[in-house]
Amino acid sequence: MEQKLVALSGNEAVAYAFKQARPHVAAAFPITPQTEMMHKYAEFVANGESTTEMILVESEHSAMSAAIGSAAAGARTFTATSSAGFALMWEVVYIAASLRLPICMAMVNRALSGNINIHCDHSDSMGGRDAGWLHLFSENAQESYDNSIMAWRIAEHMDVRLPVMVNYDGFIISHTADALYMLPDDAAWKFIGKYNAAYTLLNPEKPITVGPLDLTDYYFEHKTSQMAAYEKAPAIIQQVSDEFADLTGRRYGFAEEYKLDDAEMVMVLLGSSAGTCKDVIDEYREKGVKVGLLKLRTFRPFPAAYLAKVLGGRKAVCVLDRSASFGGQGGPLFTETRSAMYGQQVPVHGYIYGLGGRDFDLRQAATVIENLKKVAAGGEIADINLLGVRL
Amino acid sequence: MAVNLKQLTQNEDLLAGGHRACAGCTGANILRQIMLTAGKDTVMGGATGCMEVITTIFPYTAWKTSFIHSAFENCAATISGVETAFRSLKKHGELPVQREKMNFIAFGGDGGTYDIGLQSLSGAMERGHNMLYVCYDNEAYMNTGIQRSSATPLGAHTSTAPAGSVKQGKEQNRKDLTKILVAHNIPYVAQTTPYHWKDLATKVEKALAADGPAFLNILMPCTVGWHFDPAIGMELAKEAADNNFWPLFEVENGVYTINHKPKDPGPVAEWMKKQGRFKHLFKPGNEHLLEASQAYVDSEWKKLLKLEAMTAE
Ligand SMILES: Cc1ncc(C[n+]2csc(CCOP(=O)(O)OP(=O)(O)O)c2C)c(N)n1
Repeated sequence: MEQKLVALSGNEAVAYAFKQARPHVAAAFPITPQTEMMHKYAEFVANGESTTEMILVESEHSAMSAAIGSAAAGARTFTATSSAGFALMWEVVYIAASLRLPICMAMVNRALSGNINIHCDHSDSMGGRDAGWLHLFSENAQESYDNSIMAWRIAEHMDVRLPVMVNYDGFIISHTADALYMLPDDAAWKFIGKYNAAYTLLNPEKPITVGPLDLTDYYFEHKTSQMAAYEKAPAIIQQVSDEFADLTGRRYGFAEEYKLDDAEMVMVLLGSSAGTCKDVIDEYREKGVKVGLLKLRTFRPFPAAYLAKVLGGRKAVCVLDRSASFGGQGGPLFTETRSAMYGQQVPVHGYIYGLGGRDFDLRQAATVIENLKKVAAGGEIADINLLGVRL
Repeated sequence: MAVNLKQLTQNEDLLAGGHRACAGCTGANILRQIMLTAGKDTVMGGATGCMEVITTIFPYTAWKTSFIHSAFENCAATISGVETAFRSLKKHGELPVQREKMNFIAFGGDGGTYDIGLQSLSGAMERGHNMLYVCYDNEAYMNTGIQRSSATPLGAHTSTAPAGSVKQGKEQNRKDLTKILVAHNIPYVAQTTPYHWKDLATKVEKALAADGPAFLNILMPCTVGWHFDPAIGMELAKEAADNNFWPLFEVENGVYTINHKPKDPGPVAEWMKKQGRFKHLFKPGNEHLLEASQAYVDSEWKKLLKLEAMTAE
């Protein structure tokens, strides 16, 4: 497939991807660093390049609420937000998933207040990790674009019918010009296809009730059927990703495995920091240190069995979280990864790094590898460590 | 657009019986009356509250048209999404069945409208969606146990502003939401009650015919929250319009019309006396609160007369 090489910011790339899905409705409210994505989209609409109806709401709570109404009416629908905007939506984020509405959302990761901070960390999406959405993470503009194309197919698959958020790091990805390959519009449309809603509020000949009161006698069964969709989602994610690979040559799974084959030591993380780690891993590899990286793409559903398999038998594993879990046992990625490794004799330790956009640099990555070496040699390290902070 | 009773009685009843409203609830009656006029090509949205709770419980629904409930404060935003989806799908030729027009109606109690849902309502009205928002105003959060709202009138006893030995119920006057909606400069805003069926049906018809957003504020006497004999809810609705506590009026493109000008309004206290929520105001020492209630009603009525005169030109 002939693809165009372009230079775009992550926000622009995602705006293009969403446009190529020809959504009927978009509802959004501005928040840095998501703003540019919606600006770009509004330009498409203003110039007639997109026929999406935009609902320029008065808050993120209303953005998600309007998206719910639109999706329940049978329209392909997206929204976009960051940080406080996602926090304000939180109540309705759950409802979107519970109603099995395949809404797509660009989640431009930014630290949560307080104190107020506009830069990247993952505390925003992590706050909604149990809300029932699928969470895809991206390393760069290319992956943000690709995830934003595949998101529709995954969300709308009848075995899934769940909302999907495409996470990409605020500023680091959203505002940095990057080279990426884009599908031609018609090829993207052919891949994504037309949306067929299973139910719609807009058929007066077949009225439906959405969101009834649901108490002790049925609620639990409904939650159980919702949980079952997450069991099916991994296979669908893989199937869609494989089709995408056939089309584009870019292969995706639950994670990217970087120099993992013979790795004795593995770093696990999400998002743009993977690039930095890869550079440092390359340096260490030259020195003969067998270290690799597992960059997770799907945080929800969490591919526990996959992780247990890939990380099993290694000498040391560490997990880097770009969000804290105050009073918990480490960041969310750490706790879930270590839990996935339960019963295996692989030491797993964790880091909290990059909060509020604190730069994740080569030195920090090197520190992580030095520590991995110590642990692999039988040394001790704390469960939770901090990186790049003044103590 | 004259509404007649014969026609209304022949229209299909789109709210099934067997819903779980209290005996004497005037809210379910409001919904039925709206649906008689709105008809089948309608999508209803309900905010969390009594009317949502009584009309649905899985696996049952009283709604014979499509209905959506999502949360408490977001009904206007939710229906604005449904309405936008309709426009977009129509534009793209993708409606499931062809319709030139459908009705989109959101409803909420006073809590879901005057208070927690005010922002969502204001946004939807300002954006100009083709939708009707109906507030059924029972003057408190009834569903959660009769807590005060900004629509609760002065002196009324509620669970969160109770009458006690020191305090005498709500300490503030109710806010005038209808005028806040008028200030949105939308095509149609009106007040009515379920007793005035003809007025209500006419207003629903006008609201749905309006080119753009419309708002109806409907007083809903609540037997449990107001504490009255379930048989007299409609009577109380009638009297509230007769004593100027709840004037029937409409504002069409900014022009006020008072639909009912009582010749002899009589004291509001007579109406209040029939409701347990005001019982304590009739104890010696609380005369000033009855006077204040009357003064508020009188001054609001005078303002309304002035607005009618002022916008008549
Ligand atoms: C965000 C949120 N806060 C609080 C509640 C609890 N709650 C449900 S209904 C309700 C009161 C509804 O009052 P109103 O809107 O006046 O309607 P009514 O119950 O009188 O019909 C409250 C407080 C909720 N469901 N959601």
